[in-house]
Amino acid sequence: MKLNHKLNPNNWIKLYSDYLFNYTITRVNDRETAQDLVSETFLSGLKSMANFKGEASERTWLISILKRKIIDHYRKINSNKGKAEVRMDYMDAAESDRNWLEERVADSSSKSAEDIIENSELKDAIYNCIGKLPEKQAEIFKMKTIKGYDTETICNELNITSSNVWVHIHRARISLSGCLEKNWFKT
Amino acid sequence: MKAKIFISFEQAKHICDKNQYGESTFFERIKLSIRHSWCMLTRKYSKNNNKLTNIIKRGNLNCLKDNERKKLQQQFEKELSKHQ
Repeated sequence: MKLNHKLNPNNWIKLYSDYLFNYTITRVNDRETAQDLVSETFLSGLKSMANFKGEASERTWLISILKRKIIDHYRKINSNKGKAEVRMDYMDAAESDRNWLEERVADSSSKSAEDIIENSELKDAIYNCIGKLPEKQAEIFKMKTIKGYDTETICNELNITSSNVWVHIHRARISLSGCLEKNWFKT
Repeated sequence: MKAKIFISFEQAKHICDKNQYGESTFFERIKLSIRHSWCMLTRKYSKNNNKLTNIIKRGNLNCLKDNERKKLQQQFEKELSKHQ
């Protein structure tokens, strides 16, 4: 197996914090807990850098740490309250970031389990595709589309022109459409 | 007048992108509609663009707020400095 992936913790927050946060909040439904788990993941990553073999990408490796953190979080809740149950599905795709799902019994949400799973898979798929965009494109797309910043604010924060913002947005949208088309554009 | 009402495909795509964020003007939307009436490529582009917007809305994406990211960054940098 080719071992060519390297770790660069200086870029972790910039590149992966939103992806990990989004992954976590879908599964724990609490903003503060999600932040704590993401923070713990980065810190655990730092501590276990020596164990990284380079077989998986940096992001896949961080996600695997995060999954364990989420499982530990639910185990802790289970042992404390006995109110929640964790179910894990490991599928065949070893490299897939979407091979793990969890749900809580007695979820008060009116959504069906199927809706929740679909929503969580959709979130992962979108963030997966955003993760493939060039760094600046991804940043501008997130500022505009997820954070809802207006164009002027983005221009001021990144010191670029409005035309530049729209060029990045356009390219990001084209790439995302292509990336999501196979599985999510059917309906 | 003709030049103002009839827009190029590039201009149509730009208006369509702006439209996804509610930033197109009324007059731009009219120009886009006119282009839709005769250009299949523009219609296809708009259809895909609208689909993407709907999928993203359905995904209900979350992102760290600036202050949350800053806090995370500070905690991490503190720890990172011990490892470097």
